[in-house]
Amino acid sequence: MSDKTTNSIAFVAEGTIPESPPPARETGVYKWARENLFSNIPNSILTLVALALIYSVLSNTLPWLLNGIWTTSSLAECREVLDGKVGACFSVLSERWNQLLYGFKYPTEAYWRPNLALVLLLIALAPVLFFDLPRQLLGFTVVYPFIAFWLIWGGSILVPVIAFLGFVAAAVVFQRFGKGSFAAGFFGALVAALVVWKVGGFLIPEGASENAMLSSVPSRDLGGFMLNMMLGVTCVSLSVPLGIALALGRQSSMPLIKWICVIFIEFVRGVPLITLLFVASVMLSYFFPPDATVDLFLRVVIMITLFSAAYIAEVIRGGLAALPTGQYEAADSLGLDYPQAMRLIILPQALKISIPGIVNVAVGLFKDTTLVSVISMFDLVGMIRGPILASTEWNGVYWELLGFAAFLFFIVCYGISQYSQWLERRLATGHR
Amino acid sequence: MSTLTDPPKEQFQLSMLINDTRYRSLTFQAIAALVLALAIWYLGNNLIQNLRAAGLNISYSFLGDPSGYDINQRLVEYDSQSSHARAAIVGILNTVLVAFLACITATIFGVIAGVLRLSNNWLISKIMAVYVEVFRNIPVLIWIIIIFTIMTAVMPGPREFRGAEPTASMVLDLFAFTNRGVYIPMPWFETGLFASAGMNWVLVLAVLAGSFFVMRKVEQNATKKQEETGIRPNTLFIGLAVWILPIVLLLFVMGLTWEVPELKGFNFKGGIKIGGPLIALWFALSIYTGAFIAENVRAGIQAISKGQTEAAAALGLRPGRIMNLVVLPQALRVIIPPLISNFLNITKNSSLAIAVGYADITATLGGITLNQTGRAIECVLLLMLFYLTASLLISMAMNVYNASVKLKER
Repeated sequence: MSDKTTNSIAFVAEGTIPESPPPARETGVYKWARENLFSNIPNSILTLVALALIYSVLSNTLPWLLNGIWTTSSLAECREVLDGKVGACFSVLSERWNQLLYGFKYPTEAYWRPNLALVLLLIALAPVLFFDLPRQLLGFTVVYPFIAFWLIWGGSILVPVIAFLGFVAAAVVFQRFGKGSFAAGFFGALVAALVVWKVGGFLIPEGASENAMLSSVPSRDLGGFMLNMMLGVTCVSLSVPLGIALALGRQSSMPLIKWICVIFIEFVRGVPLITLLFVASVMLSYFFPPDATVDLFLRVVIMITLFSAAYIAEVIRGGLAALPTGQYEAADSLGLDYPQAMRLIILPQALKISIPGIVNVAVGLFKDTTLVSVISMFDLVGMIRGPILASTEWNGVYWELLGFAAFLFFIVCYGISQYSQWLERRLATGHR
Repeated sequence: MSTLTDPPKEQFQLSMLINDTRYRSLTFQAIAALVLALAIWYLGNNLIQNLRAAGLNISYSFLGDPSGYDINQRLVEYDSQSSHARAAIVGILNTVLVAFLACITATIFGVIAGVLRLSNNWLISKIMAVYVEVFRNIPVLIWIIIIFTIMTAVMPGPREFRGAEPTASMVLDLFAFTNRGVYIPMPWFETGLFASAGMNWVLVLAVLAGSFFVMRKVEQNATKKQEETGIRPNTLFIGLAVWILPIVLLLFVMGLTWEVPELKGFNFKGGIKIGGPLIALWFALSIYTGAFIAENVRAGIQAISKGQTEAAAALGLRPGRIMNLVVLPQALRVIIPPLISNFLNITKNSSLAIAVGYADITATLGGITLNQTGRAIECVLLLMLFYLTASLLISMAMNVYNASVKLKER
């Protein structure tokens, strides 16, 4: 009995049996496919239909894509090279690349300017989009609009400098007087900026833009995808402050201000953007002083900004409504007046809630910038439908061009919406 | 002894206008009213000066003048001698037509894609995710142009249907897809009960409506019986009879026949012609907005907590009935409000018709009429008025529906 461990009893297992692998149909790809693709008969049919669909799409597009020609100079030449085979004429993209991106009038030797403006834009946006970056970078964001204006339009550097100085003066005055009374600071800042701009206007010598460091480019020469980007970025950044003001106005207890805001917001949201663009192109000039010539770009920027401001105002109103009343009451009980309560307590929280919504509006607005092609501005779509498809070399190259436009917009919009989702996940942690 | 004195009699001082909260809001509103009045005066003054300089005035009498242009796609009688107002009405009807069609198909696409995106089938859900992302992130104008290009540049011309060995053929010998539009068979009545075709169709609709009401009564009786006895009488056959018999009988009596499009000369004749621009606009709006609706539907279904499904399953309901009786009625409450705004977006985006030459209100009143008469202000104002009214009507109708499916709290 003492040596039970020896082989005295034949049928007791000594050690563990080595693990045998799971049955073949329960592992790896096979199991995954069975559970996810062929779990029952309807599912299997769906899978087969989907596979057939994918096959038919790929078998039609892949040869076309891979067989693409990049180097010919016209459609006829491209067809000759293809010699009856299936293939895309991507040479329209390589040949008209600059037109697609910058329009057909922007001076060729100045292409580096919008390129640089784009790179700087990414640097300026980084601290706004990613909170972890050092806050000092915001300083560059503040001066960026003036640099970008000078880079793209060129002309005398004094114009953006004086515009910037006007804002600096406004900020200084507001810092000085805004502490005591918001209204005094606000109106003081307004007056200071106006004075600086008026005085600065006299300082700019006549013809300063002729022999400037950067040659001046009129707005009507802007075009291509650059125009879409410029309209999108400008209008979104201008419409956020306006949207905040409208949202606060709509929440206001003063009936007159409330109703002005309500009527404005509901009116703008009730009409299509294209009618507002008609206003910009045919009607708005009637409302400016007779001798003023406001160029089409500026008129379009005004209308698109008003349009997106109404939508952003509704998003922010949602954010304001989502705040518990306790926040408002807490601000009151601390003795804060209205501007202080908004600036220190309410808006930081409300804006945080509404950021994903604002990003959605921004994506929609960026897509809507293609509508300017309808009022004969040559943005990316306008370039494709106008000068490029109408030219004798490239008449009939639809898919390459439209596919390229769709691809560019997809990249930008998908990128922004992925950012928005990342931001939503990031901000959501604050509520737990 | 100190006495309690009355609180000092308040006297109105000028500084109270800005420092006293009772008066401050009045001050601000007065300033706002002043600024608003000044702005209106300034803009109005500019307008008057500009109009005088251009020798124009504001007048709507041009609406009565002959328009002088033709419209291909029209639902009512119209020719180039008709007035601009008539052209605008043709445009309004075309806008309503494309918006209505696109709302229906977008909802269908959206619901299918949204439900399939939640499918257990990995491949299907991924395909639907790709659909949603691709269509949401590309401007609708580009989609309209792409589909319009397919309709005009890829579809065969009518002449390719001709000859001994045609390079194109009609689908099922009923539908012709050409680069001038799609031709589909048109139903008409040989021995209609009324002289006008319109009255005959009204009769068909009336019979269908009658069937609907009879059927509802039958269902109500069945429900009553079920509540009394616990057994639901089978209404399937009664239902089939109520729906099918009367309408088949009516169509037979009126001699329903189909006019199939035929190639005559250089073009197809007969049948209903759906123009390429209409199809481009309709289809592009449907797939684009369908992608947004799909996301709403998915969000709505996912918003129903899992406990609801599990509770329904614990009661012994089958999956189909869980969806119908428990999940969908609750999900609808989440889905409807964004659906309303999607319908509004379709209506507003239908104004992009001008890019492909579909004669909607923007293309007639805001396009050709504006260019011919030069009445920019009047045309744009009328255009905005129409869209505002349409938006308000849609949101009102949908809000009524929304209120009827809302959670009834006691």
